[in-house]
Amino acid sequence: MTQVTRQELWPGVWLRTIHTHKFKSSYMSVTLLTELKQETASENALIPYVLRRGTKKHPDLEAVSAALDELYGGAIEPVVRKKGETQCIGFVGSFLDDAYTLNGESILEQAMGLIGELLLEPCQQDGEFLTSYFEGEKRNLIDKIRSQMNDKRYYAVNRMTQLMCQQEAFGVDKLGSEQTAETISQKGLFAAYERLLDTAAVELYYCGSAPHHQVEQIARTVFAQLNRNTQRIQPDCDVRIHAPVEPQRIQEQMEVSQGKLAMGFRTGGMTCWEEEYPALLLCNAIFGGSTMSKLFLNVREKLSLCYYASSTLEKMKGILLVSSGIEFEKYEQAKSEILAQLRAICAGEIEDWELEGARRTLVGTYLAALDSQNQLEEYWLGQSVAGLEENLNEIANRVEQVTKEQVVAVAQKLELDTIYFLQGMEG
Amino acid sequence: MEKQDFTRLGERMYTTILNNGLPVYVFPKPDFQKKYAFFATNYGGMDMRFCLDGTWHDTPAGVAHYLEHKMFDTKEGNALQQLAQNGASPNAFTSNGITGYYFETTQKFEENLSILLSFVSIPYFTEESVAKEQGIIGQEIGMIEDNPDWRVFNNLMKGLYQYHPIRKSVAGSKESIAQITAQTLYECHQAFYCPANMVLCVAGDVEPEQIVEIAERVLPKEAGVVAQKDYGLAEGNTVAQREYTEKMEVSAPMFQIGFKGDAPKHGEQGMRQELMGDLACEVLLGNSTPLYARLYEQGLINRNFSYGYYGVNGAAFLVAGGESKDPRAVQREIFSETERIAREGVEQSLWERIKKGVYGNKVRSLNSFENLCIGQAQSFFMGTNFLEFPQVYESIQKEDVEQLLQTWVQPERTTLSMIVPMEGSGA
Repeated sequence: MTQVTRQELWPGVWLRTIHTHKFKSSYMSVTLLTELKQETASENALIPYVLRRGTKKHPDLEAVSAALDELYGGAIEPVVRKKGETQCIGFVGSFLDDAYTLNGESILEQAMGLIGELLLEPCQQDGEFLTSYFEGEKRNLIDKIRSQMNDKRYYAVNRMTQLMCQQEAFGVDKLGSEQTAETISQKGLFAAYERLLDTAAVELYYCGSAPHHQVEQIARTVFAQLNRNTQRIQPDCDVRIHAPVEPQRIQEQMEVSQGKLAMGFRTGGMTCWEEEYPALLLCNAIFGGSTMSKLFLNVREKLSLCYYASSTLEKMKGILLVSSGIEFEKYEQAKSEILAQLRAICAGEIEDWELEGARRTLVGTYLAALDSQNQLEEYWLGQSVAGLEENLNEIANRVEQVTKEQVVAVAQKLELDTIYFLQGMEG
Repeated sequence: MEKQDFTRLGERMYTTILNNGLPVYVFPKPDFQKKYAFFATNYGGMDMRFCLDGTWHDTPAGVAHYLEHKMFDTKEGNALQQLAQNGASPNAFTSNGITGYYFETTQKFEENLSILLSFVSIPYFTEESVAKEQGIIGQEIGMIEDNPDWRVFNNLMKGLYQYHPIRKSVAGSKESIAQITAQTLYECHQAFYCPANMVLCVAGDVEPEQIVEIAERVLPKEAGVVAQKDYGLAEGNTVAQREYTEKMEVSAPMFQIGFKGDAPKHGEQGMRQELMGDLACEVLLGNSTPLYARLYEQGLINRNFSYGYYGVNGAAFLVAGGESKDPRAVQREIFSETERIAREGVEQSLWERIKKGVYGNKVRSLNSFENLCIGQAQSFFMGTNFLEFPQVYESIQKEDVEQLLQTWVQPERTTLSMIVPMEGSGA
């Protein structure tokens, strides 16, 4: 059986454990939760990558990797995520569970110790990060921001979000922008690191065969040097209820052979905190969130208007995003067909098999996440950021109760905000 | 069914061969919500030329993938939607060597398994439905051709191989798929989708005997005759072309270096070569090697750098790649490190920790039902049992891996494939 426990170790420092014997690995993470802001996003995003380069005890990549090899090929990755308008910065680690080591030895303490060491004891010189680590990772960050344009599907949705939320924190990419990344200084970065350690809410996570009290004990030792005399504040998320009267329309050009159409809707203020949230989830699943959705079956399969068309929900922000790959000349046709599918939902044109199929897909996705360590971590981090404790079984149960009328009611609240089209170069 | 326990791995496997010749493998997973079934044929993108009933057939590139798309059509409609309506997440893939159909579900497993087995074994195409798919697959081809990761790999194959059909894209080209008719698809199905050429693997909290009962009820009673495949002239050790460069709209140069190996043997020898290939990559290029540290510190590679062994019938190679400002410099460094290893050997402590690390990673990967089932299907086609890897792994010595590196990592066996930014684009 699986036991979920959440405990505040010190003010603003939380530990969540999932006690289970299902997996062959233990999965853990440490995440600093801070406000997503244009001025600091790049700086914050750079921090875990510089930290990952070395610690006082393991001063370079080779030494960190050698320590991981000794822990049966464990992995620790720097991660930067965006949950609503919170930037989540930290590390996730996956290690062989103690039950499967060759000589029965326990590696949990050392594994969590290494994560703590990476966060709290960076290799430094004169009160700054090493110049070569700073320069190298800054270059990598800028390259990564630029390379986002390689994946055109991701790029189009990201660009649309940026244009739609120009005045909101949500419009900021989790890595910030190339321009702000360019201005990061070596001195400034270390100051930002120290500030982040002192002000960000901290979320520790463990999933594996060790019971809560054992993990708690280890965590209290490993993270003992976190400052306890400080205010750690969890960021909010601003929700805009309405779209502008006339949707924004933006077209851009790039060297691509397939056009990308992205559309952003406001949900009329519905988010994961509202009563109607399960209905919104189901509405999204029927519209474009599964392989039996209206977008997939009609726009893609029946009319062959696109290679893909799907929709996703930003549950804290109250935004629904449509993403589609089309031939350039099918822009008008694809756009009106996507909107026609939404109007159909609003008019109650939902077949029973569509409603039930979407429900089964959604419930199936939630239940399957119980079996995946990284999906569990992702889910619980999202819940922690949102300040919610509802587990996967509970949300699945609420989805089971939603009626067709409730789906129609939430669909009617969706308002088109922005249409973005990425097309090829002329000639 | 025959039961086999793999205690060190915490796994159990039930095996049987049905009267129609189909091997069935079941991995019971109590405590898990989801159940996973994988039904595969030993037929992939590279199996274009084959002999059936004494007649040789030359089919167009992309036909296996096209067939995969069309298999979901049934007399009643579409199996994809049928499965999705039952809460399953179905999908399929075509690789160079195999075509696999699968679903994951937390609900109605038995019914979903019957649907899977039925739609894969009963072809239903019309000229009209086949023609309509041209548009969808044409779009898919357009999309992958825009993807630099795919291009760099496909060019690598053209560089490494002179004759082997792995040179051709699994999806084919817009021109090649234009030649496909319903007749072509029926012939390929008859040639390769008979029980004698397939395998079924299931993981989850299931009753093994029940899987057998369903398979016997749904599948054809006859084993069928498997077509004979032909991969053209025998490949030598020398590559077709040592360097392959293409311009695309990317932010930084991307590259893959391939080292042509010996075609894998059937049975334990093939498994051994694969494990040796993995270890060879790790001791030469792994995160904890001096070469990796040097390349990373010089900014010649970033965290996107990855590597591995790849093997199919008639072809095997090591591959390493990512983004680099100077891929030729990376290649030079790899050669000089291989020469150093030839002189001095792999350091003993590095060897020991890497052997431990790779083992832990392999065990951790068994968390995934997909890895377990696809791994067993592929191993079966190659004449082994996936979970028997620990014994083979243990027997591999440092000298075996050094020998493999000396033989394969040689200039005449090497191709460097690069995608460089177009003049005047971003970077």
